[in-house]
Amino acid sequence: MSGLAILIPVALLMGLCGLAVFFWAIRNDQFEDLDGAARRILINEEDEQP
Amino acid sequence: MNAVTPLPGASAQSLVSRFAVPAIRCAGCISKIENGLNAEPGIISSRVNFSTKQVAVTHLPELDDDQLRRKIEALGFEAQILADNPLAEEKGSTARLIRALAVAGFGMMNIMLLSVSVWSGATGVTRDLFHWLSALIAIPVIAYAGRPFFASAAMALRYGRTNMDVPISIGILLATGLSIYETATGGAHAYFDGAVMLLFFLLAGRVLDGMMRDRAREGIGALLKQAAPGAMILAEDGKTRWVASADLLPDMRMQVAAGESLAADGIIQSGTSHFDCSLLTGESEPQPKGTGDRVLAGTLNLSSPVTVRITAAGEDTTISDIARLMDEAGQRRSFYVRVADRAARYYAPAVHSLALLAFAFWMLAGAGWHQSLLIAVAVLIITCPCALGLAVPAAQVVASGALLRKGVMVKDGSALERLAEADHVLFDKTGTLTLGHPVPVDIDVLSLTQKQVALALAQASRHPVSKGIRTALLALDIEPAVLDQIEEVPGEGMTATWGGVTVKLGKPEKSEDHLSSQLTIGTDTVLLQLRDEIRPDAVAAIARLQTLGLSASIISGDNIRSVSAVSRALGLTAQAGASPQDKVEAIARLAASGRKVLMVGDGLNDGPALAAAHVSIAPGTASDVGQQAADAVFTSASLMPVALSIRVARRTMQIVHQNFALAIGYNICAVPLALTGMVTPLIAAIAMSLSSLIVVGNALRLNGSAR
Repeated sequence: MSGLAILIPVALLMGLCGLAVFFWAIRNDQFEDLDGAARRILINEEDEQP
Repeated sequence: MNAVTPLPGASAQSLVSRFAVPAIRCAGCISKIENGLNAEPGIISSRVNFSTKQVAVTHLPELDDDQLRRKIEALGFEAQILADNPLAEEKGSTARLIRALAVAGFGMMNIMLLSVSVWSGATGVTRDLFHWLSALIAIPVIAYAGRPFFASAAMALRYGRTNMDVPISIGILLATGLSIYETATGGAHAYFDGAVMLLFFLLAGRVLDGMMRDRAREGIGALLKQAAPGAMILAEDGKTRWVASADLLPDMRMQVAAGESLAADGIIQSGTSHFDCSLLTGESEPQPKGTGDRVLAGTLNLSSPVTVRITAAGEDTTISDIARLMDEAGQRRSFYVRVADRAARYYAPAVHSLALLAFAFWMLAGAGWHQSLLIAVAVLIITCPCALGLAVPAAQVVASGALLRKGVMVKDGSALERLAEADHVLFDKTGTLTLGHPVPVDIDVLSLTQKQVALALAQASRHPVSKGIRTALLALDIEPAVLDQIEEVPGEGMTATWGGVTVKLGKPEKSEDHLSSQLTIGTDTVLLQLRDEIRPDAVAAIARLQTLGLSASIISGDNIRSVSAVSRALGLTAQAGASPQDKVEAIARLAASGRKVLMVGDGLNDGPALAAAHVSIAPGTASDVGQQAADAVFTSASLMPVALSIRVARRTMQIVHQNFALAIGYNICAVPLALTGMVTPLIAAIAMSLSSLIVVGNALRLNGSAR
């Protein structure tokens, strides 16, 4: 039972971390262009501006 | 409008301009535009948004929007300048819903974790501890994620009405309150899991609904305004000064150069010119106007400078009248009640009374207030419209996504509902049944050198005929010839010298019935005929509409001659010379005889009709006003999307009705169990999620509906 005292806070903390990352992603427009992100992988690196 | 943002690490300020570039289709386009623009001096960075087909350019203030647009066009992409999106605020509301959804999701998962332990047999101190932990998570989560519902419910109650959010809010708050009481008294059941899960699924429905609206509106955006921002005013002493539109007064005299659009209505005092009135009247051919003729704000002066005495400015212009007419027409339509709202109107009171009845019955049966309240809350929760809330938005999001891939942007869910009901189509002519700009009938009457000369001449003019020739020649990848002394003779055409030979592109010597243009090189002359072509496959699209049971007719502001040519070609009845008011009246007559009219139009003159019709569609080339007033916009040159959207809308309504049947069926099964007090939180949670998932799964079947 004493394991719960560690495991539950750890689980909550991990969940909160995920939530924080999601909020960060929204604030930084990571979901603005999902179709574009899927296609940008096809652009050759050497064509990119340095 | 540009947003001014200071550039880190640079002394100058940078501006951000946005452009709509509909032709972005692949990864190649993305790198071509971004690399091409980034190589230009004065451009700091550019970013393509593939989903919305937009380009955001961060640049130095030296470059203006028009220069940037030409740079994008030089890369081979048609671009339109986008003004600041006036609907950006609405997008913020979806972002808030998404954040609430994320918080509810976090809370739901963690509370479930604890609840499963309780369900699988935790007792005594452990159970109490887990309930306390659940409360610790649930209370802040509900306070944060429940706000959209609480706010809406409070708003409805303040005006003495009820909506779907009222039972949801009461259910959630009662369940939370009871659960806290249970927890504090060491009871066996807490409903934190149910309350948070309910929030999560309801928010999912709201987010889907909001995303659909945003996606469509972003694509439409707000294109630049048509009326001029101001005019050069000629003072008594012969001097000219710039006066903004809002400060123009009647009896002022304004000078309008060729290529400028008018800022106010007036009468020509001196000069003769041709005016492009297509925005206001739908007439495709430029109108000759001379001294004493009336000209209207928003029309474009094509050939030579004129002096105009202002008769009406600002709010009194014809263009403003049309805007007002449209506003009134739009308000009439906003009374349309969406299927979901209609269901909610009957559903919300039913849920309340059912829960109240359950409470009263169990009190009379002697179950005690605690047990009775528990059952009442269970009824509220289990009847809470998770699946019902998802039934409509899920189907509409999937259908509009499918339509978007086919180039049709639907503005909101109710548009799909109204599209499904339409039974008569009213087409505007110019720009709707036809492409809206003159196109050379046969460009190959010109030899290669003639094409090169014609392109060089046409590039230097703003006349619609020149534009048509230019577009056709650019499509053939013609290199323009190098000319000297290019000059535009107002009303006549372009002249220049080409290696010592005089070349001309302009009005034919013998006046022709059609729009036509004559190219002269030295002594050779070629006559080039232009026509405002009917859209490809218009006949097939109208036939498709008729098989779907929709009759069609034409209503146009253009003259009877050009309308009858189109009406004969398509076999439709037509009304010509219709003013914006006439169009609205025609729709009202049809509506009075019980028809549900689908208006397809593009111009400013169609704006009021688009707003007044039961439902409306505009082509992507439509004026700003046309796109704003219409319920949907299609971007292709073909008319097929009109028939396609009708078919998809009807299919969507079928799915919506199936979803309603599924959701209501679930309630019919679950409610008696809840009423008899047999529902445990586990069963309620599973039933709730399962019904939601089935509804979403059913909606996904619409994905292939636009094929």
